[in-house]
Amino acid sequence: MPQDLRYSKTHEWVRVETDSAGGKIATVGLTAFALEMLTDLVHVELPKVGREVKAGQPFGEIESVKAVSDLYSPVDGRIAAVNDTLAGNLEHLGKDPYQTGWFVKIKIGDEAGLAELLDEEAYKKQCEEEEH
Amino acid sequence: MDARLLRTPLFDWHVSHGGRMVDFAGWAMPVQYASIIQEHLAIRSAVGMADISHMGRLRFEGPGAAVFLAELLTRRVADMELGQIRYSLVTNDAGGILDDVLVGYYHNSHGQPFFLVVVNAGNRAKIVDWVYAHLPRERAEQPGQEIIWADVSRLWAMFAIQGPRSVELLQPLVDVDLQSMRYYRGAQALILHPAAKRQGGIISRTGYTGEDGFELSLGASIAPGVWEALVELGKPLGAVPAGLGARDTLRLEAGMPLYGHELSEQINPFQVGLGFACHLVGYDFPGRNALLDIQKEPPRSVRVGLEMSPGTRAARQGCTILAGGRTVGQVTSGTYSPSLGRPIAMGYVAAEFSRPGAELQVDIRGRVESARVVELPFYRRNKPATGGRAPK
Repeated sequence: MPQDLRYSKTHEWVRVETDSAGGKIATVGLTAFALEMLTDLVHVELPKVGREVKAGQPFGEIESVKAVSDLYSPVDGRIAAVNDTLAGNLEHLGKDPYQTGWFVKIKIGDEAGLAELLDEEAYKKQCEEEEH
Repeated sequence: MDARLLRTPLFDWHVSHGGRMVDFAGWAMPVQYASIIQEHLAIRSAVGMADISHMGRLRFEGPGAAVFLAELLTRRVADMELGQIRYSLVTNDAGGILDDVLVGYYHNSHGQPFFLVVVNAGNRAKIVDWVYAHLPRERAEQPGQEIIWADVSRLWAMFAIQGPRSVELLQPLVDVDLQSMRYYRGAQALILHPAAKRQGGIISRTGYTGEDGFELSLGASIAPGVWEALVELGKPLGAVPAGLGARDTLRLEAGMPLYGHELSEQINPFQVGLGFACHLVGYDFPGRNALLDIQKEPPRSVRVGLEMSPGTRAARQGCTILAGGRTVGQVTSGTYSPSLGRPIAMGYVAAEFSRPGAELQVDIRGRVESARVVELPFYRRNKPATGGRAPK
């Protein structure tokens, strides 16, 4: 589990970077733990570039054989990019969830949501609790 | 895991082998070990085994047993031969479905005949109450008409061994010839493994996957040892343990109804396509008169199979089925089909929209997707089991 990332309670990972214009971009994906819990992924629904998203609100959904789960935005902002290669590679998503397995890049409007995110240690603790 | 949940004799094995335990009808059961899709495909292509010890099993014996069961079940049992198994329903007075069951007629190692009625785990308490409520107490006390019965669900474990290589896997473990056993037949067998401590079990060529296979009932105390023997013997055959998740996708592909989804007290047998399991003439059971009335008119809402394009979201239980914007039915089960690579579903629609080929739509969480009515089952295995005829 990478240490430089932040984690949401709903199992998204977030990498915050600064773009060339000085704006902040959040790259968002699902953690290895979440993918392991979901297993058997068969479908992913991602938003269109340009869509407004709100912290704590769903921006898409991921479906496994058993169930459908919402994907939650960790920040307020606007979708800047979408990983179009995901849908065709769902069975391999678990192999590289933190690099090629990103879902969306969000141009951050309000950073307030970031403060709510967990660091690696706190997220690990949450995962351990959920396993029991 | 909730400590109040019932545990099968294999609970510890499931937990120590990565089984994801969920609450299923009050039982702690593995929904999957690793991947539902892998478990599903292993059963379609080789063999897999599932712990189904949560299934309710009621045993009836004594000279009055056959008559009593005929008064309870929609399907006749009095003419059953030893070793025969029938699919039947239990209906309420209005003809609604209380449960769907398998009735087997066997004899034990002392030659004593008995009926074994396998009921759904979630309906066991309800059916036990129903049996008590309908037991003809005075008659059952008359010499020559005694009815002796017991709920043996927690005394016996039960395994499903399913897949084209199930004969290969299971034959070394039992003393009956499995190749010649016909579909919907069963027998008392000796389990040929030291772990079985010379005990027997009931083996039947039945299942809930649409694949060739067997179900084995055996004593709870020997179950873990026999299960481990199966797992070991199965390794060279590509056998995998399978959880309830794969069991659900397999039965859905096979078009088999599941209680709580396609079957309920609000549904009558003719809507499901289970008229064959109701013998209404010359028999009397709760719901029989209601069913005679219901049968006079074709059902207004009937069960259908729905198929969707690959890459679409799967319709799930509760989704509304539409025809040109108008609500015409509801989905009762839906999933991604590992064998077909696309979403499939079953549901009830108004009869005029139930023709195979009918183009309908399903509202999946606020977005409408196309769905086509198709013949059930979605999946049919290439080669039927030896002998016997598959029930509808």
